Amino acid sequence: MEFTLFTLLNGVSYGLLLFMLSSGLTLIFSMMGVLNFAHASFYMLGAYVAYAISSKLGFWPALVLAPIAVGLAGALVERYGLRPLHKAGHIPELLFTFGLSYLIVELVQLVWGRAAVPYPIPRELDGPLFTLFSTSFPIYRGFMMLVALAMLAAIWLVLTRTRIGLVIQAALTHPDAVEALGHNVPRIFMWVFGGGCALAGLAGVIGGNAFVTEPGMAATVGSIIFVVVVVGGMGSLAGAFVASILIGVLQTFAVALDYSMMSLLNWAGATITPETPGYELLKLTISQSAAILPFLLLVLILIFRPKGLLGTRE
Amino acid sequence: MSTLSFAPVKLGRYLLWGGFALILALAPLAFNKGAALSILSQIGTVMIFGLSYNMLLGQGGMLSFGHAVYSGLGAFFAIHAMNRAGAGIAVPTSLIPLVGGLAGMGVGILFGYVTTRKSGTTFAMITLGLVELVFASSLMFPGFFGGEGGVTTNRVTGTPVLGISYGPQIQVYYLIACWLFASTIAMYAFTHTPLGRMINAVRDNPERVEFIGYDAQWVRYLTLILSAFFAGISGGLSAINFEIVSAENVSAIRSGSILLFVFIGGAGFFFGPLLGAVVGIFFSVMLSDYTPAWQLYLGLFFVVLVRYAPAGLASLMMLLLRTVRFGKFGRIWKPLLAVCASTAIGLAGLVMGIEMLYHLTLESANGSTMTLFGRLVDTKASVPWCVALALMAIGIVGYRRLQPGYGAAWHEVNAEIVARLSGRSP
Repeated sequence: MEFTLFTLLNGVSYGLLLFMLSSGLTLIFSMMGVLNFAHASFYMLGAYVAYAISSKLGFWPALVLAPIAVGLAGALVERYGLRPLHKAGHIPELLFTFGLSYLIVELVQLVWGRAAVPYPIPRELDGPLFTLFSTSFPIYRGFMMLVALAMLAAIWLVLTRTRIGLVIQAALTHPDAVEALGHNVPRIFMWVFGGGCALAGLAGVIGGNAFVTEPGMAATVGSIIFVVVVVGGMGSLAGAFVASILIGVLQTFAVALDYSMMSLLNWAGATITPETPGYELLKLTISQSAAILPFLLLVLILIFRPKGLLGTRE
Repeated sequence: MSTLSFAPVKLGRYLLWGGFALILALAPLAFNKGAALSILSQIGTVMIFGLSYNMLLGQGGMLSFGHAVYSGLGAFFAIHAMNRAGAGIAVPTSLIPLVGGLAGMGVGILFGYVTTRKSGTTFAMITLGLVELVFASSLMFPGFFGGEGGVTTNRVTGTPVLGISYGPQIQVYYLIACWLFASTIAMYAFTHTPLGRMINAVRDNPERVEFIGYDAQWVRYLTLILSAFFAGISGGLSAINFEIVSAENVSAIRSGSILLFVFIGGAGFFFGPLLGAVVGIFFSVMLSDYTPAWQLYLGLFFVVLVRYAPAGLASLMMLLLRTVRFGKFGRIWKPLLAVCASTAIGLAGLVMGIEMLYHLTLESANGSTMTLFGRLVDTKASVPWCVALALMAIGIVGYRRLQPGYGAAWHEVNAEIVARLSGRSP
């Protein structure tokens, strides 16, 4: 009970962090058709900028300023990098962001060095939020969940309840008609791209000190958020939410479970020895295979439900 | 093309292939130092890998982020075959690449079935997922993948045949060159087969292909299997060359770098990957000896190329050759040279700045002085920084001044060529 509850909570908080990343990616993808390969790099940039700001001004200004800075950087990338490439098709755009992800990693190493930087959790958020049975739940995890949920609510409100949101939604499906009505669609694209990057930056601000702020952090989440976007269904925000939580919970549970096929078979009465055929496969524990589970899920989804969980397009 | 054409002996073609064979045969004479030979061998394997990748990207329009899966798993099977040489079935070292190729093909049959169900962006993401899957499982099964350390072997086994033991690097180079030549011919021939033509059609207009009655997914699948075969050959060759295969061979990093190389070379041309392999090895093997910033340079080069010449170096070369063929090069070479000179000045400033910045942030423990372009430079002093900035400023100003003149000349010349081409064949 205790184990299940806490693993579930940790899984959900990790899933929400994944959602903060994949929501921006999905938004950009469904709007511009561009798969932003550098998205995780903006996440990393958010963490590093927040580290730089928080060492001067403290954590709370960083929480506000770092996403803004990352968002502006994203908007500049769109304006001067992607927009001129738009007429060349999607593959050059994708490759541009791919090259950008190389560049950002190098630049981050150039400015902040190759080792991890000490980006601590702020003192007022350090400590247990509540203790149940004998395990305590850290405040910071709760804070992460709170920020992610607030962001989810904010996106939803902006997209469905404001004028800008309606224009964005219209530009998703009928960019020409929106342009004919006098809206500057390229500029909307620019701000959506910047906004998506700012969301990734925000995830970096609160993820950077929950995990480790190091040059490899973009690569560790980068492929997972692509899995999230495909599993959820390309371009579906709700799908991205479901898939993020699913993968977050799945991975957190898997890491904690130390069972293998061998232990199951031994429990059922069979005796497995190193001589049994397939021993290497049988002795693998679930926790050892945690790293491949998201990708396995991706392959299975593509075979059995190519649209993704909540996707509408093939 | 008309079907009534008379097919003469295509002298140009024989000259081209003969020249390619000659270059492969004579290259070790020009670069005969130990390290140079090993670099040539690496270029050879990367060339096969790049050509096989271009079967997907250039000819099929399939952007794969996981091509290293095929070459890497091919390399693992090859190295296990080499280690089995003592016990059981022994495969001669010369044929080990074939083992890699067949293994790569088998993996292609398995994985391609899943990946080629989709095309475009989704295909790209599935391949990324698969390469991560294979990479993660490579650390789970140390028995086959050798864990962190990888699997090692010794390529010198059995009795030498005709004095070839594959001990000296030069013999390995010629083995790679032979396989490269054969694979290049095979992959070029593939572009002329019905399947090779259909994959071009699938790239350009899959819907129409379906209407004619072809199965676009099946065409993609078959092409991927063949491409995986050649990738496996390159994997087998690299296993012989390095005598070690590790998890890094199946990683997303390896897959990403071949994408970079092929794109830099030019995916739209058959020979583009050959150029890309040379440039890529130059950056990743030779430049990395001199500067820790090589990845930054490679990334910058790639981004600039995607942004300004999305068809790669091969297209730039072909466009220049076209002006030469039409006898109009005389009109553009002067402004071209001026633009290149100003770019080179700006580039020198940029390189200087980047090198000093790297030294300042990453190697400041070893003192603030460094040697740059053969001179001792103090990175904490302001003079070198001013020089770097001045060079960059000169480069930028010069480029902005000179580029319009060159652009105008270039457009004029190209418009004339296009007019003549369209006039000749209406």
